[in-house]
Amino acid sequence: MKSKSVHLLLGGLAAALLAAQLAYADPTLLEVRAVMHRDFHARGQAVMSRVDQDDVQYLCTITRDKPPAHRVKEMEAAQLAMIRYPADGNYIGDWKRGAKIASSGKGMTWKEKPGQNRGGGCYNCHQLSPKQESYGTIGPSLKHYAKVRPGIEGQKYVYGKIYDSKAFNLCTQMPRFGTSHSLTEQDIKDVTAYLLDPASPVNQ
Amino acid sequence: MLALRTSAVLAAAALAIAAAPVHAQDEKKEIEKYQKMLAEGSPVELFELEGADLWKKKQGPKNESLEKCDLGMGPGVLKGAYAHLPRYFADTGRVMDLESRLVHCMVTLQGRDYKEATKRVFGNADKPSELEYLAAYVVGKSRGVKIAVSTRNPKAKAAYELGRQLFHYRAGPWDFSCASCHGVAGKRIRMQSLPLLDKPSGARRTYATWPAYRVSNSQMKTFQWRLNDCYRQMRFPEPTFGSDATVALTMFLAVTANGEPYDGPGTKR
Ligand code: HEC
Ligand code: HEC
Repeated sequence: MKSKSVHLLLGGLAAALLAAQLAYADPTLLEVRAVMHRDFHARGQAVMSRVDQDDVQYLCTITRDKPPAHRVKEMEAAQLAMIRYPADGNYIGDWKRGAKIASSGKGMTWKEKPGQNRGGGCYNCHQLSPKQESYGTIGPSLKHYAKVRPGIEGQKYVYGKIYDSKAFNLCTQMPRFGTSHSLTEQDIKDVTAYLLDPASPVNQ
Repeated sequence: MLALRTSAVLAAAALAIAAAPVHAQDEKKEIEKYQKMLAEGSPVELFELEGADLWKKKQGPKNESLEKCDLGMGPGVLKGAYAHLPRYFADTGRVMDLESRLVHCMVTLQGRDYKEATKRVFGNADKPSELEYLAAYVVGKSRGVKIAVSTRNPKAKAAYELGRQLFHYRAGPWDFSCASCHGVAGKRIRMQSLPLLDKPSGARRTYATWPAYRVSNSQMKTFQWRLNDCYRQMRFPEPTFGSDATVALTMFLAVTANGEPYDGPGTKR
């Protein structure tokens, strides 16, 4: 028992050391940040703190999106803990409103006011409704997605994935729409409905 | 000369109409349509001609033209100059790209105030910026010249390395780096294909066709604008025009495109 806890302690120390190493081993990345603070300027809602990396962005940058397995678990867990699931336990909103958010690639830029034109840009990266021919291919096709993620479990997953994609795939190119306050709880419910509601064009 | 200009203006106007949003299937037809129009009178040519006039126009407190501007091959030498930019300039001790060097010449040769010279670096369809005209003129003098950007100077090398890091730097509310959209070949955003930019296979042709006339907004766009607009889409703060960071990114992409015969100003979607 005692030796186990010592081991755990040592293991924890090693992990902490490694984390520290990862965080400070690459001074050039800190230099890059300093350069950005010097060479970029705040404009509208695009404030300068946006160039500061959180631990996920930092790790994904230095590992070129191939994070070491032992860090992935712990960091995905931390992201999962950031997700605020709806208090009423209902993940599904209005798919028609969700369709608009999924189509809009706007919001959060220096040209827009905070909260204005909130979009998820889902079509920028995903195929969704088979009828919409203009879609991007950075992410996988989500056509007929209700089949892929059935039931309440599927609803909870999709809500969470939109809220914080990094909780499920640490270095994914998909943004974290809830964690970054890009979309509201209602917005995310509506997009979840767009993906999963049987009446939505995505599932027709 | 005048007739050429008129036809170019007409073509540009027709393009503005053709540039209205179109359905996916129509896109190919639209492209064919504008290519045909281009053959009849390219707006790129118009920009080059206007740029040539501006180059020779006496302006500023010193009432001077830009004809003695040194873009790296000696005062007034334009042939092939763009194919070697960005480069290190001993007179400023900085690595500079085309746009920052042009502004440097406006300040030093014409005696203009930096703030005034950079007040309107990005124009619009009704009124292009001075830099958009000048860039079109200067780069046209490198058509057919192989891109050969050197990193032999330590500062040039440092700019390249910084540019490479910037390309992969993930940040902002949407966690993007340039590689998020330009790091894999064969991807697209909506219907717009995304060139892979950190490998010669994608960077060469792409880089060699900037600056470019963009049919979708009927404007000549500089490379500084291209970077600015991608950072906007990334939800970052705004990169300062001509800053070391923007020059470094340009350096990284230009070096990756080395060997490609320069073929701009291009015409894009
Ligand atoms: C910048 C591109 C991008 C945007 C914008 C984007 N995604 Fe994604 N998405 C991805 C990528 C890449 C993946 C695959 C990697 C992963 O699992 O995260 C993905 C995965 C997913 C998955 C999991 C698919 C599976 O494997 O079952 C869902 C669901 C999803 N996205 C929904 C959305 C929705 C809804 C939106 C709009 C609110 C959206 N995405 C916006 C890039 C994007
Ligand atoms: C969110 C996706 C996204 C990100 C991130 C992004 N870009 Fe782009 N980029 C685009 C789109 C969309 C286009 C336009 C394609 C078109 O108009 O056809 C484009 C076009 C370009 C082009 C011109 C391509 C051509 O074919 O002429 C260059 C060069 C470029 N981007 C560089 C960058 C750089 C450098 C960065 C990082 C600072 C960056 N991009 C980040 C989406 C992105």
